[in-house]
Amino acid sequence: MDLTLHVWRQDSPKDKGRFETLPAKGISEHMSFLEMLDAVNEDLIDQGKEPIAFDHDCREGICGTCGMMINGVPHGPLNLTTACQIHMRHLKGATEVWIEPWRATAFPVIRDLVVDRSAMDRIIEAGGYISIRTGSAQDANAAPIKKIDADMAMDAAICIGCGACVAACPNASAMLFMSAKVSHLGFLPQGQPERYERVLNMVQLQDEEGFGNCTNHGACQNACPKGISVDFIARLNRDLVKATLAYKPYEITAV
Amino acid sequence: MELNAKIPSGPIDQHWTNHQFDMKLVNPANKRKYNVIVVGSGLAGAGAAATMGELGYNVRVYTYNDSARRAHSIAAQGGINAAKNYQHDGDSVFRLFYDTIKGGDFRSRESNTYRLAEVSMNIIDQAVAQGVPFAREYGGLLANRSFGGAQVSRTFYARGQTGQQLLLGCYQALQKQVHAGNVKVFSRHEMMEVVVVDGVAKGVVIRDLVSGRVFSDVADAVVLATGGYSNVFYLSTTAKGCNVTAAWRAHRKGAGFANVSFAQIHPTCIPPAGEGQSKLTLMSESLRNDGRIWVPAKAGDDRPAGQIPEAERDYYLERFYPSFGNLSPRDISSRRAKEMVDSGHGVGEMKNGVYLDFKDAINRLGESAIRERYGNLFAMYEKITGEDPYKAPMRIYPAPHYTMGGLWVDYNLQTTVPGLFAAGEANFSDHGANRLGASALMQGLADGYFILPLTIGDWLARVKPGDTSTDHPAFKDAEAAVKGKVDKLLAVGGNKSVDHFHQRLGKIMWDKVGMARNADGLRLAIKEIGALREEYWKDVRVLGKGESFNQSLEKAGRVADFMEFAELMAYDALARDESCGAHYREEHVDAEGEAKRDDENFAFVSVWEYKGVGEEPTLHKEDLVFENVALSTRSYK
Repeated sequence: MDLTLHVWRQDSPKDKGRFETLPAKGISEHMSFLEMLDAVNEDLIDQGKEPIAFDHDCREGICGTCGMMINGVPHGPLNLTTACQIHMRHLKGATEVWIEPWRATAFPVIRDLVVDRSAMDRIIEAGGYISIRTGSAQDANAAPIKKIDADMAMDAAICIGCGACVAACPNASAMLFMSAKVSHLGFLPQGQPERYERVLNMVQLQDEEGFGNCTNHGACQNACPKGISVDFIARLNRDLVKATLAYKPYEITAV
Repeated sequence: MELNAKIPSGPIDQHWTNHQFDMKLVNPANKRKYNVIVVGSGLAGAGAAATMGELGYNVRVYTYNDSARRAHSIAAQGGINAAKNYQHDGDSVFRLFYDTIKGGDFRSRESNTYRLAEVSMNIIDQAVAQGVPFAREYGGLLANRSFGGAQVSRTFYARGQTGQQLLLGCYQALQKQVHAGNVKVFSRHEMMEVVVVDGVAKGVVIRDLVSGRVFSDVADAVVLATGGYSNVFYLSTTAKGCNVTAAWRAHRKGAGFANVSFAQIHPTCIPPAGEGQSKLTLMSESLRNDGRIWVPAKAGDDRPAGQIPEAERDYYLERFYPSFGNLSPRDISSRRAKEMVDSGHGVGEMKNGVYLDFKDAINRLGESAIRERYGNLFAMYEKITGEDPYKAPMRIYPAPHYTMGGLWVDYNLQTTVPGLFAAGEANFSDHGANRLGASALMQGLADGYFILPLTIGDWLARVKPGDTSTDHPAFKDAEAAVKGKVDKLLAVGGNKSVDHFHQRLGKIMWDKVGMARNADGLRLAIKEIGALREEYWKDVRVLGKGESFNQSLEKAGRVADFMEFAELMAYDALARDESCGAHYREEHVDAEGEAKRDDENFAFVSVWEYKGVGEEPTLHKEDLVFENVALSTRSYK
């Protein structure tokens, strides 16, 4: 395959950035999309030009490191597939490919296609966990959990934290990401004690980090490489309403 | 180099209990005075950091990834073993211990392995309490499945994403501690050097991968939880960033490197599709439950699979191993596949695979049953290869997957450098010469949650907190060395990219230090690696600046260390003049081509001492004593 790439190049967070047009010639259709970028980078190095910076690690669709807009679509043309699992045969017929980083206020560009997604870590830090001290757990089978609840929790827990939902959203909202964690933990009995505090803290933090709000476009669900459902956002909102109306944080008073 | 394994005395089932009592403790109020550096944020690193944070230590975590959640533990598919005996099928701590020792072909330390089996149960309790959504039965109890090398069902799993779910559990526990202020996580930061002051590990030199700034960090103990080194082969199933730098830098500073040549080659991966191949993808071993492995009986047979009649197919695993057949252990299945491909029976466009055929299973059970069992794997296969495995057989080939070798550690997980600890895949301790499926996650979490946070206390209780600062000359020297290396790489200004050299190194390793090894090949490999390393430093081209986000420079540093490390791997394989587990020396096979162990001369852990770049390292031995499991020959016929 012979392609013309239009790749976003940006030297640093402060740089304005621009599209660079680069040829990708003689690309095998068996190559993955990232291997195509590897080949282009080898050519660039040959010419003494700095290669395109892009994030990637496991290259099997589970670590969540890779992510880029391919022809305007997060992770490219294939449903339920991360950028690293796109193969060139999936782009058959294409002659031009536009490649851009995730665009969101909360994800500043570090270089070229690499963005800073640490805001997502901070959202988890705000409450995306169950507090359990190592070694203090009861026997794992002491409390049976309904299979349906465990399965629903798993459906939410498979989020890989890639940020495609944010990139797809016209508001750059992290609601799908957040709702996946709130739902994963909320479906399980272990997650109940911190359920309402969790949702309040996480939502507050996402607002502070500069993510937008959800206006029910559903673009996030379409972009999600793991098929996380927007139903989880509804679930988050339910918890949020309940928490806002009824939940009272502890006030410690002297006895 | 002194190798005191510090194995507790008494009956093996009392070792850990007694040892916990014998260890010194740091009192709760004093814990906050101690600083611990953890490098790596996988199951072992994040588990240890979160737990030490809970205990009250000040912990700083460094990871090259952009988030702690991306560590490669995330990619483990199949499951995690634990001796819970929930299936009431005769499992026990002793049986898990026995299976692990035997599966490792009697090249691991009994005491550590027993402890691993013992704490395996706590891991499952811990993970469930954290909200890890393990598979469950309709009654609400946890489900189990069985895995290779075991006759009981002791594997817990979360669909095909067990590693992901366990790592997210760790990561969330870690983020909680970050929130509490006990742990700081530095993502996109790479450890470049260990700093040793008067023979004791006191800190690390770090490069901030975003700004390129090089700086030191000082602590009272350093933990390396930096994973394995399969990427020395260039193509492997591990993530692109996985590297040996942290362990190698520790080795150069005096940490013994143990059983270096024990690398597991996984039999069911998708074969490379061409020159640009950047990594290999594992297809779960579970496929071998229903798939039959075969090659055309006639070498060079070019017909598509469907046109080769039954009589002209060689189901070689069923032929060689009638009782285990397609479920023979990983090392054996891998070697036989290589034999078939090497003798011209390979299939696919590049003749580099063997067939894994589901036709019989589909005929027997129906396509829907197969879809239910393996649907996601089949879809993944189709995505990568463009072929439909319901219609034509899959093509598979072995690929480097896990390294049993690693930094030598004693019972406390301390390396030969006091104050320097190694956990998870980065140490050598529990899997001997071959790891059983679903045991890597178990070991990472055992080390991280339950062992290291306690044993490190025994060390910390003996040192004065904060007795060193980064002003010490050892820190300045180490920083200068790191900056020197960065500058040197940028200054070479050669003609070939880093990947070019990495690929060539990988080829040497795969051909001569891979699945089958012999003395001549290994000697040649040592020469070739040395020559390639020399060429690397003369002809590598690394563009850009040191003080910026520079991915080529990151890779260049890692490959430079692989170039030194690869030689050690070959030396270890050469010195181990026997076959055992994943280490297969062509000189030592029985009449049927099976690995022949030599317990009389090689029942030891080989521990190497660094002597300089290109110098022959010195071999030390830790003799292995088997008091609880009798040495026996593995047979899967």
